[in-house]
Amino acid sequence: MTVFAAVLKRDLSLAIRQSADTFTVLAFFAIATVLFPLGIGPETNTLARIASGVLWVSALLAALLSLDRIFAVDFEDGTLDQLVLCGEPLVFVVLAKTAAHWLTTGLPLIILSPVLAVTLHLPAQGYGALLLALFLGTPTVSLIGAVGAALVLGSRRGGVLLSFLVLPLYVPILIFGTLSVEAAIIGVSTKATLALLGALALFAVTLAPWAAAAALRQAAE
Amino acid sequence: MVPRINSGTALSLQTFERASFSGTGLACRRGGRLVFAGLTFSISSGEAVVLRGHNGSGKTTLLRLMAGLNRKSAGELAWNGAEIHDFEAHSALLRFIGHLDAVKPALTVAENLEFWRNLWGYPPVDVKQAAQRLGLGALADFPARLLSAGQRHRLSLARLLVAPAPLWLLDEPGNALDDASLQALAGIIADHRARGGMVVIASHGTTVVENGAPLDVGAFTNVSETHWSEAV
Repeated sequence: MTVFAAVLKRDLSLAIRQSADTFTVLAFFAIATVLFPLGIGPETNTLARIASGVLWVSALLAALLSLDRIFAVDFEDGTLDQLVLCGEPLVFVVLAKTAAHWLTTGLPLIILSPVLAVTLHLPAQGYGALLLALFLGTPTVSLIGAVGAALVLGSRRGGVLLSFLVLPLYVPILIFGTLSVEAAIIGVSTKATLALLGALALFAVTLAPWAAAAALRQAAE
Repeated sequence: MVPRINSGTALSLQTFERASFSGTGLACRRGGRLVFAGLTFSISSGEAVVLRGHNGSGKTTLLRLMAGLNRKSAGELAWNGAEIHDFEAHSALLRFIGHLDAVKPALTVAENLEFWRNLWGYPPVDVKQAAQRLGLGALADFPARLLSAGQRHRLSLARLLVAPAPLWLLDEPGNALDDASLQALAGIIADHRARGGMVVIASHGTTVVENGAPLDVGAFTNVSETHWSEAV
């Protein structure tokens, strides 16, 4: 537990000092989302229909931008060796770093999403489901992303490789996330899709940290 | 900036239980190449081993192998005579200082040290004493990005003081250090050994610490004779 707390605290204070990293992700999310009304035209019905999909795709791509930083900096400056030698299971390090990633990327994306939803004329009924779906889906994004980020450590052009690895695994999150919002808009129960997003998150939190820890150990060698 | 050497600080009060660390018939293969083979060493409380050998002779590899970071191809590592299987538990007994500083430029000197202290679960004692010991006392509240290469290296060495452990594995600890810092380092290593600590130091040729400061080099394991041997 001391390891988890120490790493989480350090990563959060690093994120606050280097807030440009979080800002870049949010700026990408905002710009990518706003490009759609510009490209498709201001027709309200069309935008409303694609709004949830656009928001989810932009959020996933924005999160993807930040993934390679989860472990890469620690790998390059030698911190990773020390973390491997922390005397406790490496899983706690992975959990702490993933939690820090979610708090500095996922959470800000969730907070910004309603503002961007306005520019896409998302119907009022969709907002609650959008926030809830993002809240359940983004932790999985960070967890799967952590496995990918750990696997590509030390490889050239790791960022590109990372998107090939991780984006296909994001498809279920995208599908159920979008479906949740659309169900809310047409007035159908969102329980099933949200429950599936929750199940994905639980599945990821039980398996991803172990996979990422194994990959980190491999990278440290 | 002249580092101060105060041997009597609270940092150096802890003594370690008597322990021994040994390796027999160690071999390591990396990228298909045999780095070294048939390597045997033994070290117990208060002793030091200096790893000597030219570039690429496997000093770093051996240190990382001792830490459990690299896997050995053959041989056995033992703590108090019992073979080490759980390298996670083993890693709590050692501190490894590598070529990379593991310093976060965005954090201050004190914050960097506090992180290491917290990571290894040590009570929140003042880390400034450790910083001071390595001549970084006045820089404690400075962001680490403003430090010179030598100062960053000293900061990484201060990790040894904020989170004590009986076995120190030091990879070229004298690199980038000025004379005063070398002296401070020699003092710190001597203190550690006096408290029952063990030190394994890698250095190419004759160690910088050995010639630059009155550092008592202990049992010398002749790595350079064994590492080219192809027999595992």
